Amino acid sequence: MKAARRWLGKHVVLLFALLVLFYMFLPIFVVILMSFNDPASRLGYDFDGFTLDNWTNVCGPYQLCSSVWVSIRIGFAATALATALGTLMAFAMARHRFRGRSASNLLIFLPMATPEIVLGSSLLALFVNQGFAGRLGFWTIFVAHVMFCLSFVVVTVKARLAGMDPRLEQAAMDLYATESQTFWRVTFPLVFPGILAAALLSFSLSFDDFIITNLNAGQTITFPMFVWGSAQRGVPMQVNVIGTIMFLVAIFIVLGGEFNNRRKAKALAA
Amino acid sequence: MTTAVAPPDRQPARSRRRLTAYLLLAPAALWLGLFFVVPTVTLVISSLYDPSGSLTDGYVLTWSFSNYTEMIGEYSETLLRSLGYALTATVACLLLGYPLAYAIAFKAGRWKNLMLVAVIAPFFTSFLVRTLSWKLLLGDQGAIVDVLQAVHILGEDGRLLATPFAVITGLTYNFLPFMVLPLYASLEKIDLRLVEAGADLYASPLTAFRKITLPLSMPGLVAGTLLTFIPAAGDYINAELLGNPRTRMIGNEIQDLFAAGAVPEAASLSVTLMALIVILVLFYVRRAGTEELV
Repeated sequence: MKAARRWLGKHVVLLFALLVLFYMFLPIFVVILMSFNDPASRLGYDFDGFTLDNWTNVCGPYQLCSSVWVSIRIGFAATALATALGTLMAFAMARHRFRGRSASNLLIFLPMATPEIVLGSSLLALFVNQGFAGRLGFWTIFVAHVMFCLSFVVVTVKARLAGMDPRLEQAAMDLYATESQTFWRVTFPLVFPGILAAALLSFSLSFDDFIITNLNAGQTITFPMFVWGSAQRGVPMQVNVIGTIMFLVAIFIVLGGEFNNRRKAKALAA
Repeated sequence: MTTAVAPPDRQPARSRRRLTAYLLLAPAALWLGLFFVVPTVTLVISSLYDPSGSLTDGYVLTWSFSNYTEMIGEYSETLLRSLGYALTATVACLLLGYPLAYAIAFKAGRWKNLMLVAVIAPFFTSFLVRTLSWKLLLGDQGAIVDVLQAVHILGEDGRLLATPFAVITGLTYNFLPFMVLPLYASLEKIDLRLVEAGADLYASPLTAFRKITLPLSMPGLVAGTLLTFIPAAGDYINAELLGNPRTRMIGNEIQDLFAAGAVPEAASLSVTLMALIVILVLFYVRRAGTEELV
């Protein structure tokens, strides 16, 4: 009894943490389960029967796959530009002293500290004032997504740069590497994981954004907007298939990265 | 003669380096200037337009500050409700997130990375799809309601969906990682020898936590609460999908006003929300005594 009590006392925090993790995964279980649901009615929210139809007929619901395709294109375009611009800025912030550093820091921090509804309405106010109210669509969404992804890219890449040992670059220079050789052979490979992480973060932020997109999308429909629109009429179960696929792809990428790191660490140790 | 006197050819090199910095900085800063700073100014100006204008006829700037008094008068209850829900969700996130971050930092051992992945993984599935599954979980036929009714915590026709509880549950769920990750980053840096030293000096585990671990994790705690509270206060997805017409948040109203083409009204409400958040955050950061955030 006493031993059990002591064991519990020692592990109570860990047990609680596992419960919280369970809470975080609970909706994912539902999403995966519902992707195999054969609903009795359109508005039904119960698991009525098992079927593979949702998986074989993902594109069945009108506009579902086209909305996913729009989100993917915007995601890639916004990620590419935000990662490029953000990485350059991160280099400036981490490696250079210049006037206006604290202003730049503030410029990066503020968009992250502003609620999405305010960011979205500001952009819409600008577009309306410039006479773009009738031309909202792919490009206005793209502009908005690059804007809110930028800060996250700068912060992520900057953290990676700050954690780098400057002596590695000095060593390269001591060994007569030119500035560009040092950059491409030493600095860039070391920063690359940070850039990759920033790009992944950007893509998932862009793909998942609803509030800012909804204000600035006009007639264009992204995947989250499709889900929102169908929530009123009854959500097609195929939405859960897309959700499951997104989850699996993300897990695959994250675990793949982890596996790669372990392999490299082992290769270095050997 | 020390390094104070630079060789003559160093000066241009330094100014060239500074030029490089500005060149690296310029594209991103320009983008943020054009699509974050300028829009924010535009929003403030738009909030002072004559409300009788319309999208098709255009708007006239008449400095009508009455937009603010009218909107605050009409939506004061919704504003307070939004801040209240966001605050409750932030406290709930802290109560759930602190032990989780603590366990990952100190108790997880070789499972540390796996647990960190587990914190982020659910959030790769769409925000909206996840929130919709809460609709199912909390639904009247859902298992949670059945259990709560069976043990008489909830009455015969008691429900969870379409209540403030459901909205706050959704908010807590959706913003929990924003609490856990900064807390973990802060906790992980703590030198455990400090806690051991505390124990050596006869501090009980609780005292050691209160006097050593907790104060050292303050930067993460402040960052986490801000990253949870700010987006939660502006969110309207949870209120719309899990709530009822009486749990509407300020985001719902701003979105609907914009959709109806009432730009000046929506803009003034948006500026009001931002101002309230800035005031609360400044007050909070001052009280918490962490100024290294910005």
